[in-house]
Amino acid sequence: MSRSTTTSMSRSTTTGMSRSTTTSMSRRTATGIRRVLPPLVLGIAALAAWELTVSLGRIAPFVLPAPSAIWHELIAQRGNIWDAALASGLNALIGLLWGTAAAVLLAMVASRFRFLADLSLPLAAVLNALPIIALAPILNNMFESTSSLPRRLVAGIIVFFPVFINTLRGLREVNPVHRELMTSYAAGGWTFTRLVRLPGALPFVFTGLRQASSLAVIAAVVAEYFGGLQNGLGSRITSAAAFTAYPRAWAFVAGACLLGLVFYLATLLLERIAMPYRN
Amino acid sequence: MTAVSVQAVSQIFNQGHTDEVTALSDVDLTVAPGEFVSLIGPSGCGKSTLLRLIADLITPTSGTVEVNGKPAEKARLDQEYGIAFQQAGLFEWRTVQRNVELPLELRGQSRAERRSRTAEMLELVGLTDFARHYPAQLSGGMQQRVAIARALAVHPPLLLMDEPFGALDEMTRERLQTELLAICAKTGTSTIFVTHSISEAVFLSNRVVVMSPRPGRITATADIDLPSPRDEAVRQSPAFFDAVTTVRKALRAAA
Repeated sequence: MSRSTTTSMSRSTTTGMSRSTTTSMSRRTATGIRRVLPPLVLGIAALAAWELTVSLGRIAPFVLPAPSAIWHELIAQRGNIWDAALASGLNALIGLLWGTAAAVLLAMVASRFRFLADLSLPLAAVLNALPIIALAPILNNMFESTSSLPRRLVAGIIVFFPVFINTLRGLREVNPVHRELMTSYAAGGWTFTRLVRLPGALPFVFTGLRQASSLAVIAAVVAEYFGGLQNGLGSRITSAAAFTAYPRAWAFVAGACLLGLVFYLATLLLERIAMPYRN
Repeated sequence: MTAVSVQAVSQIFNQGHTDEVTALSDVDLTVAPGEFVSLIGPSGCGKSTLLRLIADLITPTSGTVEVNGKPAEKARLDQEYGIAFQQAGLFEWRTVQRNVELPLELRGQSRAERRSRTAEMLELVGLTDFARHYPAQLSGGMQQRVAIARALAVHPPLLLMDEPFGALDEMTRERLQTELLAICAKTGTSTIFVTHSISEAVFLSNRVVVMSPRPGRITATADIDLPSPRDEAVRQSPAFFDAVTTVRKALRAAA
């Protein structure tokens, strides 16, 4: 091949690329606005309608407090919400970490042996069908009331299923060309898993993690409704509701919502970092 | 010593079952060092099967396959050949550079060795500027060139290619054919090339092996006596068209 063609070709490609980058950036901002604006407008409209409905006396404030009342409590209680969110967040994070680690490791083992995969799928389905929240009271009674372990266990068990199922599917879906190539390189089973299966399964792992991250927060919050150590968002919501302090209960619910969002966005960010080739 | 020696090889899939298929029946093939041999024939003639037997990706039902004087399995374990498929099959999570490095990595070569060899290979296929790109950022033709660079990275004496240009447009295809010949001439690599394009087989090869299906077998062999280096002038020459006609007749006779 002639050298000059190559360089001229690559040069034209580079300029073409930089041009397309600038246009795509302005286009990206435009699509970004177009994507963010409608839900934002809808959200504000819904809040306004909510506020009006309550203030016009259509709904009793003890049934549904007005957004302004909830906002007021959110500001007043921000220290408490922060502390409770930290406690619940830590529980959710620990659950997410061990649940994910267990799911990925077991999926790796299951993917290596066909009978294990066939065996583990129904077992995982049973585990998933189990109303995990129903485990919370039992686990809470198994450990001391000062222990954070039950909530972390519940969160981890909930995380396990989506991560396991998705990772296993990813590990088993190998491009036949990649398989033949690795055979031609005389690569062994473990090398194959490390170099091809695992990186190939990464998008699937993150699909599972995106579901699991929000689930972990829900589990960590809701597990507190059934006893155990009472220092997270869940116990704050129940106690506020018990005192009929509904705006305060809603303020903590909003805190739980924000915590879930933080977990979800952190997962998205991690996904971007872990898979730069997908951007 | 021969680059490839296939003797009395038969391949029967699902033997003993109702869906038994004789993919290859009593095939003999010898490839000399530095020779470029194309396998051509209609779908189901067993050309890809023959290539996979040589690559030891499947084991023949009977007969022997030797690569570089070694049994096929030993040759595979020693990475005596490089292989490329119709799908480039690049690892999308690795940069171009790291894709080409992979076979070297699996050979346990040091980082410095890998770097210099990869640089050499990317230079060969004209993609030096794209070393840090990910495969998704490249065109189909560029991806296929990376796949060829990867196949050649360990400097194998033999290159096996299964319709590597099959998914490319005609212009890219012809350019890559010329590039491939230049690379093979430079490295002295023997090549077995599976295709179903007659003009591609003729342009590239020293010898075209014509195969026919049910059961898959070799029905004719055409020596292609065209001047080298093969360039655009060769593509337009009467000798080229004569050779194309010869191969086409052989394919017709086989069917």
